[in-house]
Amino acid sequence: MPFIPHTEEDVAEMLASIGAASIDELFDEIPTELKNGQLTQVPVGMSEMEISRLMYERAQQDGFYLSFIGAGAYEHHIPAAVWQITTRGEFYSSYTPYQAEASQGTLQLLYEYQTMMASLTGMDVSNASLYDGASALAEAALMAVRQHKSSRRILIPQTVHPVYRRVVRTIVRNQAIEVVEVPYDPATGQVTIDQLDQFAQEEFAALIIPQPNFFGVLEQVDMLADWAHDKQSLAIAVVNPTALAMLKPPGEWGRQGADIAVGEGQPLGIPLSSGGPYFGFMACKQELVRQMPGRIIGRTTDLEGKEGFALTLQAREQHIRRSKATSNICTNQGLMVTAATIYMSLLGPEGLYRVAAQSHANTLALVERLEKLPGVKKAFHSPFFHEAVLQLSVPADQVLDKLRAQGVLGGVLLENYYPDLKNMLLICATETKTAEDLDKYTEVLQQALTA
Amino acid sequence: MLIFEHSRKNRRNYSQAPAARPARNNIPDNLKRRSIPLLPEVSEMDTVRHYTRLSQKNFSIDTEFYPLGSCTMKYNPRACNALAMLPQFLSRHPLAPEDTGQGFLACMYELQEILKDVTGMAAVSLTSMAGAQGELIGITMIRAYHEARGDTGRTEVIIPDAAHGTNPATAVMSGYKVIEIPTNRDGDVDMDALKAAVGPRTAGLMLTNPSTLGVFEKKVAEMSRIVHEAGGLLYYDGANLNAVLGKVKPGDMGFDVIHMNLHKTFSTPHGGGGPGAAPVGVADCLLPYLPIPIVAHEQGVYRWLTEKDRPQSIGRLSAHMGNAGVLLRAYIYVRLLGAEGMFRIAEYATLNANYLMAELRKLGFEIAYPDRRASHEFIVTMKEIKDRTGVTAMHLAKRLLDKGFHAPTVYFPLLVPECLLIEPAETESKETLDRFVVAMKEILDEIDTQPEMVKAAPHNMPLRKIDDVKAARELDLVWNPAG
Ligand SMILES: Cc1ncc(COP(=O)(O)O)c(C=O)c1O
Repeated sequence: MPFIPHTEEDVAEMLASIGAASIDELFDEIPTELKNGQLTQVPVGMSEMEISRLMYERAQQDGFYLSFIGAGAYEHHIPAAVWQITTRGEFYSSYTPYQAEASQGTLQLLYEYQTMMASLTGMDVSNASLYDGASALAEAALMAVRQHKSSRRILIPQTVHPVYRRVVRTIVRNQAIEVVEVPYDPATGQVTIDQLDQFAQEEFAALIIPQPNFFGVLEQVDMLADWAHDKQSLAIAVVNPTALAMLKPPGEWGRQGADIAVGEGQPLGIPLSSGGPYFGFMACKQELVRQMPGRIIGRTTDLEGKEGFALTLQAREQHIRRSKATSNICTNQGLMVTAATIYMSLLGPEGLYRVAAQSHANTLALVERLEKLPGVKKAFHSPFFHEAVLQLSVPADQVLDKLRAQGVLGGVLLENYYPDLKNMLLICATETKTAEDLDKYTEVLQQALTA
Repeated sequence: MLIFEHSRKNRRNYSQAPAARPARNNIPDNLKRRSIPLLPEVSEMDTVRHYTRLSQKNFSIDTEFYPLGSCTMKYNPRACNALAMLPQFLSRHPLAPEDTGQGFLACMYELQEILKDVTGMAAVSLTSMAGAQGELIGITMIRAYHEARGDTGRTEVIIPDAAHGTNPATAVMSGYKVIEIPTNRDGDVDMDALKAAVGPRTAGLMLTNPSTLGVFEKKVAEMSRIVHEAGGLLYYDGANLNAVLGKVKPGDMGFDVIHMNLHKTFSTPHGGGGPGAAPVGVADCLLPYLPIPIVAHEQGVYRWLTEKDRPQSIGRLSAHMGNAGVLLRAYIYVRLLGAEGMFRIAEYATLNANYLMAELRKLGFEIAYPDRRASHEFIVTMKEIKDRTGVTAMHLAKRLLDKGFHAPTVYFPLLVPECLLIEPAETESKETLDRFVVAMKEILDEIDTQPEMVKAAPHNMPLRKIDDVKAARELDLVWNPAG
């Protein structure tokens, strides 16, 4: 039943005040022929007890698995305090902080978030979030085209997450922006200067640089950023925020640093939750800030000079500039940023480093164990962060089915995204995996390969 | 005080991260990070205290009446949150095989079916993460439709001046030129202007109904005919669906594509700015272009449709499937309501709005469209008060904060001067509305007796009025430890 507090008496008094005989009368401006009181697919309402039972059953049906899947969404330990604080009603049930004086909590938190993200990426400024990593990348591409002015083409390596590439295409195509894909070196799984140099004579607004890339492989980011800047293109970094605790931040890539850094914020305290809600982060150089989409919070003062926070640079946004806005984004992923900020505070620089380093070490250990099995080898000879691609000598889809029967989700079939990469698995072992978990994977894979 | 100011070098939280740095590290030297990121070094208790205290500086639905027009700030039932956060749902990887997620997918499929019914559309995709993204999807599909017919001369999207800012921003982001049409004195779209605006360049019209002026667009059927006859399609901005849920279906009004903000009508939380979810519904003509993923139910099994199933799809808009956890909350909400509950939503939202409008009118506030019924929201204009006393809509908004109420939406829609767009939502009781009326009466009196005090509001908040001019002029977007 709906959450409506009115008593019959209330309704009578309210109608009397309005001067209407019935609630129905309040709908008298709607043409009769449009009225439609039929709902056939909406079941009868449930009590909280009944819906709880249904949801428990469905949750149980889905169960728990030992998962080695990454590919853009990563299982990390989330400290208990993160969601206990995040789901406090004052964060959970407030709106976008338009009324600054009644939203100082959210605004200050976002300012702290911007500070943390700018530092983590090595950039000057950060916005307060976009929808997710893929749409953030699309926004970065649009931003680069606005900034560059002369070219409407974007270079995107095939080592960028395949779905991100698709999302970018869907979004930028409307503005007649061309997306050109750069192949990778099949031996290393990296973009090379040789691959890029075939485009040396053409003009591009930006080169997108993933770190780590979709294969988990580390790209030669300094070289790539310099290549972009040498030909007056912007360098757009798409990065994993956990990895940034260990890896050189985009702001320090090459001679000038990347111009825009985006990525998926999910690893920072957001549950996997079947794919969302996550959040996209975006940071950039100071000189690009007026091209940035999304909310930005500034520190200022009140009438009496006390420190306070407010939405700022709103002249970029749709509610002020309408058709001239930098983006149409309005609602963002605020609550996810709340969780991420609390997560980063709890972990601190050393904690985040350890999460990254342990994830890296676990994946190294897992790959080493699996490589010893007959019929398994590493697909690419390059350093990786916390994901790697394995080449199997047998049909990988069947192997995955066998692992699943043992309660293990063994990774992602690369062929789903790269039709030429047959029988390859993309695997990931974050800090959540113990030595026993790695043994278990090794054992069930061995069985699957021999059975 | 910022979290960074609680930080002390080498203070650590021992339980949440791995116990030590592992021995193995194969990151090449030239790719290693040299600098320490500026994250605070604080204890768990410091963190909990800091963010709990920050939360207490917010107004929220859980603590205050929040009549923010066009935003539908209704109560967010606790069960929706608790059940969406069951550990199996939270831990499910988006790329886990479909047969390990049949429980979750069943919820998504049923939600699609329910939303189809509620809106009268032929099919629904759940992928969109907010209203604005739903709009982008809708306009992109309209483009795909025209292109597929070889109808490439359509370069314009028509939008009434009352529309939300996301509408024109979306049209431009989708590569279209915006043709703005005016509203007449009654709050309806000016039909002559619409007739003059349509033509061979019209790709479509974006309309919110009830509009953001808080009135039902009575001639919507005629508008639909005019636009369709010109070869254009109709987009429905479903931000105001709460006003007509169970009463009128956008499909019956002639719309070809719609989005619905689940974070409004279906009571998922706003989270201080998001996340939302805005499933998109389409009529048959746009069905092939619907973005993936979409859940299918075949031979008792749920599965995601892919590019192979939908070769003409406009593609994907998110890395996975949009805001799954928000969709789950909306699903739980509709199951709690049921059909009979759903009918009551629009009724009581409308009752609350018309009651509040009647009471404020009795106090002497000027109603922008006095001859119209309110939908689930209505507009008060402070124009006369401002001309007489200098007190603006923003001043009144700030003074309301002092009295423990969140302000209505101010200065939107832009065409009504000094406007307050007030949306009480069905979950508020008569007592709360009456307390709000008392506060508005007090402010009205204060405007007469001490206008300068009202102009200087707020007085009782943790901070006085924030200087947002300074915020924009002296940009301070990240904290710098050096000061
Ligand atoms: C009328 C109207 N249209 C569109 C939107 C945009 O929706 P969202 O904020 O979910 O992107 C809003 C919400 O603010 C709205 O009120």
